Amino acid sequence: MSLVVKPNFPDYQTAPVQRGFNPYADNGGSVVAIAGDDFVIIGADTRLSAGFSIYTREQNKLFPLSSTTVLGCSGCWCDTLTLTRILKSRMQMYQQEHNKTMSTTACAQMLSTMLYYKRFFPYYISNVLVGLDNDGKGVVYSYDPIGHCEKRTHRAGGSAGALLQPLLDNQIGKKNMLNVKEEPVSQQRALSIIKDVFISAAERDIYTGDSILINIITKDGIKEETFQLRKD
Amino acid sequence: MSSILCPEIPSPGFSFENCRRNAMLEVKGHAMPKAQKTGTTIVGIIYKDGVILGADTRATEDTTVADKNCEKIHYLAPNMYCCGAGTAADTEMTTQMVASQLELHRLYTNRVVRVATANQMLKQYLFRYQGYIGAALVLGGVDSTGPNLYCIYPHGSTDKLPYTTMGSGSLAAMAVFESRWKPDLEEAEGIKLVRDAIAAGIFNDLGSGSNVDVCVIKKGSVDYKRTYDEANIKGQKQNSYKYPRGVTDVLSTKVVDIEEVSVRVIGAPEDMEIA
Repeated sequence: MSLVVKPNFPDYQTAPVQRGFNPYADNGGSVVAIAGDDFVIIGADTRLSAGFSIYTREQNKLFPLSSTTVLGCSGCWCDTLTLTRILKSRMQMYQQEHNKTMSTTACAQMLSTMLYYKRFFPYYISNVLVGLDNDGKGVVYSYDPIGHCEKRTHRAGGSAGALLQPLLDNQIGKKNMLNVKEEPVSQQRALSIIKDVFISAAERDIYTGDSILINIITKDGIKEETFQLRKD
Repeated sequence: MSSILCPEIPSPGFSFENCRRNAMLEVKGHAMPKAQKTGTTIVGIIYKDGVILGADTRATEDTTVADKNCEKIHYLAPNMYCCGAGTAADTEMTTQMVASQLELHRLYTNRVVRVATANQMLKQYLFRYQGYIGAALVLGGVDSTGPNLYCIYPHGSTDKLPYTTMGSGSLAAMAVFESRWKPDLEEAEGIKLVRDAIAAGIFNDLGSGSNVDVCVIKKGSVDYKRTYDEANIKGQKQNSYKYPRGVTDVLSTKVVDIEEVSVRVIGAPEDMEIA
């Protein structure tokens, strides 16, 4: 191997250059979800951006699929639009074929299948699916871009996901603590933790900010709430 | 011969001794560490009595905020300040070095240093390193020729302008200047304009954020307004995250008895023998 540092003058290069096309965009955004015994809460920030600029400060990234199921998406926005459009029509086809609404667990399985169908040209999205299962218990399903599905009680995804997941593991999962009671999280505490973690994410992640949209799902339906974040 | 008491004086200038090794490591697939960039909004204007410089206070490392309140308006001379955008270390070191050269120049000539002199020093230094010193600067000051404002690019080219912007938020800030700047602005108007230009960068550019710093330089006086405006208020936490006692795991315990140590006071030092 040569140790000589070769001078680099791109303008005078004669070697063939391979041009590329990148079909993906990273539009940022974060999604956080917490499940409880009889409820589930999902929140997503409303900033849509690319590079160093903001496209919009008020973009809803939560998609209700049924009265008990909501999908949160962040990543490549055009992929999100396509995936949710197809999901919606698949939901309608199921309704008309079976004369009943698809359950949250069935939705979770279908999403996994739809993502893996595009295994070699994936949807570049961090998906978090939440809802109530057949017993009315809150559930959170998290996905990787090619369809790996995991059922859990709490999940942070998107651009600030790596920042927030350890915080949720500690506060909700009671990880790395001694002598703490394992008790189910209350709806009020889950809601305030979601707001607090987004405040923290907006401090350090440039793609998270402006405001958050929260969906609280209970047996009585889906309740919406908004919360303002810093706008820089 | 060097020793601990008499260390060898390092050779001046940059050390390139790791360049070959690093090039080899890079070929082998070892990624180099990234430098902290100040994806920034910095601005400067000339007004009736002098110049006003402005900057935001966010420093970024890729997509995370590294510093929420950093200083980007650097001191050069008593009549001169310089805003820096680009690689944080480069802007800091370049301005520090030029500041020391300007001070020596002032003592040698016994005159107030001209802004044009600082501009020439900076551009020659940056040109010598062919853009590898990633410092984009806005230089402003007042001297015997009146107020002066320069915009200096990392490759060493400069512009002498009545109003200028730099950094990733330069377009947002310039939009404000292009619509509202006019010659011979009053001081209050000028400060308001600079604040609004920086705020445009803070809100519309993701590389800029947090607070607004302003520096007003007039003939014979400087008013450095650190945190002139807090453009963003930090959100209020709803919960307390204080951990109760006994939550942290104790991995091992070892108790050591502390020995009592006697202290002997040494008398005053003896005078050196000079007979």
